[in-house]
Amino acid sequence: MATSSLPFALLGGLLIGAAALLLLAAAGRIAGISGIVGGALRRPAGDLAWRLAFVLGLLVGGAVLRVLSPETLPKSLPQSGPVIVLAGLLVGFGARLGGGCTSGHGVCGLGRRSLRSLTAVVTFMTTAFATAYLARHALGGSA
Amino acid sequence: MIVLVALISGLMFALGLGLAGMTRPEKILAFLDLAGAWDPALMLVLAGASGLYLLASPAILQRDRPLLAPRFTVPARRHIDTRLVVGAALFGVGWGLVGLCPGPALVGLAGGGGDLVLFVAAMLAGMSLFNRVEAPSP
Repeated sequence: MATSSLPFALLGGLLIGAAALLLLAAAGRIAGISGIVGGALRRPAGDLAWRLAFVLGLLVGGAVLRVLSPETLPKSLPQSGPVIVLAGLLVGFGARLGGGCTSGHGVCGLGRRSLRSLTAVVTFMTTAFATAYLARHALGGSA
Repeated sequence: MIVLVALISGLMFALGLGLAGMTRPEKILAFLDLAGAWDPALMLVLAGASGLYLLASPAILQRDRPLLAPRFTVPARRHIDTRLVVGAALFGVGWGLVGLCPGPALVGLAGGGGDLVLFVAAMLAGMSLFNRVEAPSP
């Protein structure tokens, strides 16, 4: 199961890279989701149109996946409500404070050989590995 | 026109995430949990995406301007500061708790689950909180 999905992981990664390159070549923008969404939430809103269009593209993509391959979309999460809210707050605030998330720092930042992004990726991978381990083993959470 | 390109880019991004299985939080957690049945998929996704970007972005950035915009808007900061490290560390804790980062969370909304709505609402609140407490960075 895990290994049979690896070619799709690589293909999906290439498609993500192509999407980010398209945005760079045409709009001159970094395809960082937290930066795009966070910028759209800022007041006064500046260049809102392309940001909303990108997010709309993500939502439409989700709708397409729901039709073609509904098992790829989660119906629910195993964690409790307070844990989900805490995780969402940390992801949103942390990505903005750190200047990016998995897409901005991971895909585009590493792809531009940015030392800042490499630092961010190593940092968030480390705390994510530790958190996932603690939540699933030490604290006996939802595994 | 730029709006159409952004829409297509977002659509491609979402389909890439779905194809790679990255819209499923259990696959993310299976990568992050080294002590469990480890799933290396996320590493391949990141390698494929950043590898392609690494190959093609220099030629794009060499041009005077993007095809549809007056200038490239790419981060110019080189300085590694506390904000970067603390922010990334907090992000990683949230990511490791549930297995969702911003892209897959937004794509996952189409699944229609209330938990996803809750996560995205909290995520947007976290981003708004940042916008409130911090002056916009250049």
